[in-house]
Amino acid sequence: MSAATTTDAGTAGPGSAGPLQVRTARGFREKHGRRATVWAWRAGLLVALVAVWQVLSGPVLDPQYVSSPQGIWERLAGWIADGTLWTNTWITIQEIVLGFLLGAGAGAVLAYLIAPIRVVWTILDPYVMALYAIPKVALAPLFIVWFGIGTDMKVLLAAVSVFFLVFINTAAGVHQVDSALVDAVRLMNGSRRDVALKVVLPASMTGLLTGLRVSIPYALIGAVIGELVASNRGLGFLISDSSAKFDTDGVFATLLVLSVIAMVLNGLVGLIDARTSRWKPLDT
Amino acid sequence: MSASTIVHPAGQGTDADGVLEVRDLAKHFPKGDQDLVALREFSITVRPGQFLVLLGRSGCGKSTLLNLMAGLTRPTSGQILYRGTALSGPSTEIGYLTQHDTLMPWRDVTRNVEMPRELRGEGKRSRREEAQRLIELVGLGGFEHHFPRELSGGMRRRASLARMLAADPETLLLDEPFGALDAQLRTELQGELLRLWQGTGRTVVFVTHDIEEALLLADRVVVLGPVGSVLLDVDVDLQRPRDPDEVRVDPRFVALHKSLSVALKEGAR
Repeated sequence: MSAATTTDAGTAGPGSAGPLQVRTARGFREKHGRRATVWAWRAGLLVALVAVWQVLSGPVLDPQYVSSPQGIWERLAGWIADGTLWTNTWITIQEIVLGFLLGAGAGAVLAYLIAPIRVVWTILDPYVMALYAIPKVALAPLFIVWFGIGTDMKVLLAAVSVFFLVFINTAAGVHQVDSALVDAVRLMNGSRRDVALKVVLPASMTGLLTGLRVSIPYALIGAVIGELVASNRGLGFLISDSSAKFDTDGVFATLLVLSVIAMVLNGLVGLIDARTSRWKPLDT
Repeated sequence: MSASTIVHPAGQGTDADGVLEVRDLAKHFPKGDQDLVALREFSITVRPGQFLVLLGRSGCGKSTLLNLMAGLTRPTSGQILYRGTALSGPSTEIGYLTQHDTLMPWRDVTRNVEMPRELRGEGKRSRREEAQRLIELVGLGGFEHHFPRELSGGMRRRASLARMLAADPETLLLDEPFGALDAQLRTELQGELLRLWQGTGRTVVFVTHDIEEALLLADRVVVLGPVGSVLLDVDVDLQRPRDPDEVRVDPRFVALHKSLSVALKEGAR
C-alpha cells in the first residue's frame, strides 16, 4: 500500500456539480511500473535477438548472406574510424531536413492559399489526387534528367513526397473547420481576416500537424531512394555500394544507421503528437 | 403622413415600437428540385425590455427564426427591423447564444470570454479586466485558465454566456440554452439568467420546448406551430421573482400551463 490520497488540496467547481481536483501521491511502481516493464522487455528482446543471430551466424547460417552482429559492429567501427559513416550520414540527414522543410513549407502555404476557396479546390482536387498517387520512386529518373544526380535531386524527391501529404492533410484540416465557430466570430462582427486568423488557422492546425507527422518518414524514404537510384554519397549510396561488393556487413551496418535515424525521427513525431492532442477539438 | 403607413403596415401600427420587428418572414431551404419551407409568413414585434419566450416543439422553425434574427442567414422573403432599420447581417448589439457550444477549443476560458472585445480592437488590459468580471459574474471564478474540453457542460454554458455578455449586447437571443443540462443545473442557470436580465433593460428572445421553463422566465410566451405559425400569444402576469418550487402550485401558473399545453398539442395535429 504505497498509494496515499490527500483531499485537502481539492477545489470544487461552481455549484456542487463541478469536478474536484485532488492531489494524489503514488509510488514509483504505480507511476512507472508499466513503462519499466515494457522497457525491460524491449531490451531483453533485443539482447536475445542479437545473441541468437551471433550464435547461428557461421555454424548454421552463411555470414556471407546474413552477416553477423560482430561483423556489423566491426564494419561500423571501421567506418567511424575513417570518417565514412559520418560524411555519408550527414549528407543524408541534410537531404532529409531540407526536403522536409521545403515540401512541408510549400504544402502548408499552398493549402492555406487554395483550400479556403472552395471552387478552386474542387476543380483541382482530382489532379492533386492523381499526382499524389504517383509512386515517388517513379519520379526519380525524371528528376535525374531535370536536376542531375547531385543532392538537389534527393532533396526534391524527399520534398515531393512530403509536399502532398502536408498539402492534403492541411487542406482537410481547413475544410473540417466547424462552421459554428466561424458563425460565432461573425456574430462578434469579425472580419474575414478575423475568421481566417482566429478560427481557420488554429482549427486547421490539427490537420497541418497530422500532415507533418505522417510525412516525416517519407522525407527519409524519398532521400534514400534518390541515393539508391543514382549517387556517389549518402547512406543510400553506402547500401548500393556495399551490396555491389557483396559486403553484407556493410549493408546491414547502413541499415542499422538508417533505423537509428528513423527512430530519432519517430521521437520527433511523438513530440508533435503531444502537441496535437492539446489542440484536440471538443467532442460534443 | 403616407411614409409612416409604409413603415407600419396595417395591423402592426398599433403596437408600441418594437426593438425587433419581424415582418412576413419566410425561409426556404433548397433541397434537390424542391424547397424545404422552415418558416412562412411569420410576423412578431418584440417590445424593448421584454422577456419573450418562443415555445414550440422541435422542427417548428425556432432555430431558423433565431438564426435570421441574429443576422446569420438571410430570409427568403420578408424582413427584420432592428430599432427601425433593416437587419443586414450580424450586429454586436444582438447577442446570440446558440444551442451548442461554440467556444474556441484552443482558447482558455479567459481568452474565449474576451474574444468579442479582442475583435473590436480593445486593449488587452481592459478586455482582460472585463472578462475577469464576467467570469466571476457567471460563477466561473477559478476556472479562467481551463480549456473548454476540461469543463463540464454547465460550465461551458456559463462561459458561453459570459462571452456573449462581453460584447455588451442590448438584445439577447437564446436558443434552448439549457436544454442539454440536468434539471438542478438548469434551474440554477435560469435563476442566474434572470438575475443578469433584471434591471438592465435588455430585451430577451428565448427559445425553448419546455413549458415550465417558459412560464418561469417569460413576460410573454408565443407558442409556435408548424412552419412558424403563431398558435398562441399570451402575457405571463405572474409576480416576479418566481420561485421555481412555489410558482408551480400558483393557480395562475397552472391555468397558463394548461392553455400552453393545449396550444402545443393542437399544433401537433
